[in-house]
Amino acid sequence: MKFLYCAAQLEIIEYSILIKYFWQNMKNKYSIFSLIKNAFSYHENWQRAWRDPEPKKEYDAIIVGGGGHGLATAFYLAKKHDMRNIAVVEKGWIGGGNTGRNTTIIRSNYLWDASAGLYDHALKIWKGLSQELNYNVMFSQRGVMNLAHNLQDVRDLKRRTHANRLNGIDAVWLNTEEVKKFCPIINTSPDIRYPVLGGTLQKRAGTARHDAVAWGYARGADEMGVDIIQNCEVKGIKRNGDCVEGLETTKGFIKTKKVGVAAAGHSSVIANMAGIRLPLESKPLQALVSEPIKPIIDTVVMSNAVHAYISQSDKGELVIGAGTDDYVSYTQKGTHNIVEGTLKAILELYPIFSRMKMLRQWGGIVDICPDASPIISKTSIKGLYFNCGWGTGGFKATPGSGDLFAHTIANDEPHKLNKAFNLNRFVSGDLVDEHGAAAVAH
Amino acid sequence: MFIIKCPFCGERDQSEFSSGGEAHIIRPKQPTELSDDEWAEYLFMRKNIKGVQFERWNHSHGCRKWFNMVRDTSNDIIHAVYKMGEKPPIK
Repeated sequence: MKFLYCAAQLEIIEYSILIKYFWQNMKNKYSIFSLIKNAFSYHENWQRAWRDPEPKKEYDAIIVGGGGHGLATAFYLAKKHDMRNIAVVEKGWIGGGNTGRNTTIIRSNYLWDASAGLYDHALKIWKGLSQELNYNVMFSQRGVMNLAHNLQDVRDLKRRTHANRLNGIDAVWLNTEEVKKFCPIINTSPDIRYPVLGGTLQKRAGTARHDAVAWGYARGADEMGVDIIQNCEVKGIKRNGDCVEGLETTKGFIKTKKVGVAAAGHSSVIANMAGIRLPLESKPLQALVSEPIKPIIDTVVMSNAVHAYISQSDKGELVIGAGTDDYVSYTQKGTHNIVEGTLKAILELYPIFSRMKMLRQWGGIVDICPDASPIISKTSIKGLYFNCGWGTGGFKATPGSGDLFAHTIANDEPHKLNKAFNLNRFVSGDLVDEHGAAAVAH
Repeated sequence: MFIIKCPFCGERDQSEFSSGGEAHIIRPKQPTELSDDEWAEYLFMRKNIKGVQFERWNHSHGCRKWFNMVRDTSNDIIHAVYKMGEKPPIK
């Protein structure tokens, strides 16, 4: 009898350990169970997604910039390279810059081999990202269509589909009827100013929820011990000869031997602190959304020649990307005539939207490289790395960029996929010219 | 959006103008003697200042003349406009 009692007690203890483990696991993991559990407490007791730590005196590496690229870099540094004593410093709040300002388009149909490798690497990570982060980034492979409006567009886009397929990237050419069939609201009449002569389609391409990408990476990095320090602006880079010694910030001096800069439009400002020059110009890029409506467009359509691209968010808003202004500015504004030009093109291509009201318009500062390709590179200063120059199209590359930048920082050597995107290409002349050729919308 | 005072035509909307980027980049006198580093510096590297910057602008939808401008890129306030070849009125 006594024996049985003991066994039962043991079992109870074992069960309680199991339950405890289960609860703890549930506490950190988002799942249907954690949702139900929190529903019982009216969703008032959800744990914080990430801590709000004060900076330590020293880190093994510091990432400057808490946008998607910076947070992804920290995440992969911790996950793949076991660098846990690291921090991300962000002058505002995470995801408050271009990560939260883009039109969320994801595609990899670039012309050159180097770009195809880089962007398709990212696309492959996107596919499993929600599972990897245990955070729903709402990645939706709804396809991206690029329209051709003149003969040269047709030639360029056909050439690009061939190049894509040689690189293992899905791409098909659609004639005007096929374009109309894929997206019936497009005006394919031959009478419009820039008629639709066809288009390319990448079916694996699509969109994701940009805020979730920043939050998911932040939560994942924080879980592995990465300090995410918001409201902490970098004021200077301390150097000892040609080596980095630390960062002067608004929260004091932080010692570190490795600094990875992912500061987008403000990259040149950070570079000036270190005394190095970058081939960048920072310009305002605008976007706008309409009032929410019922589902009307289930894909992403981009028109380079008339500069209009459009998709619909899950909330129902039409998301419209406009162009950059041609002057340097850090104001996160932009001029009205740019928006006007884009809307003119939208209305000609989609007359159905003529009575829509626009809800919000905003700008972000994009760092544009002379060859419209990014820089993920070491610099002449030991321990200082730059991830910049993404210009108008950095969001799509977020996971790949973070992965490759982490590799570059951890090994002090570029990965084979970002070797071509070094800073030295502006000296050697080995540019990755994606400007007109790759449907890069500028 | 801002107003620019063209030195030839007077005040006009910014949309009439095109930006020519950073001013006072001197074209190399002996291009054949330039090293790759110097070429990169001349062709690609830019100050891209957040703050007061010296720029070239063209009144492309007006008199089509080039001129220089001192502008604060953090708030788009124009501090001075001066003609090509003239010395900047402020340092």
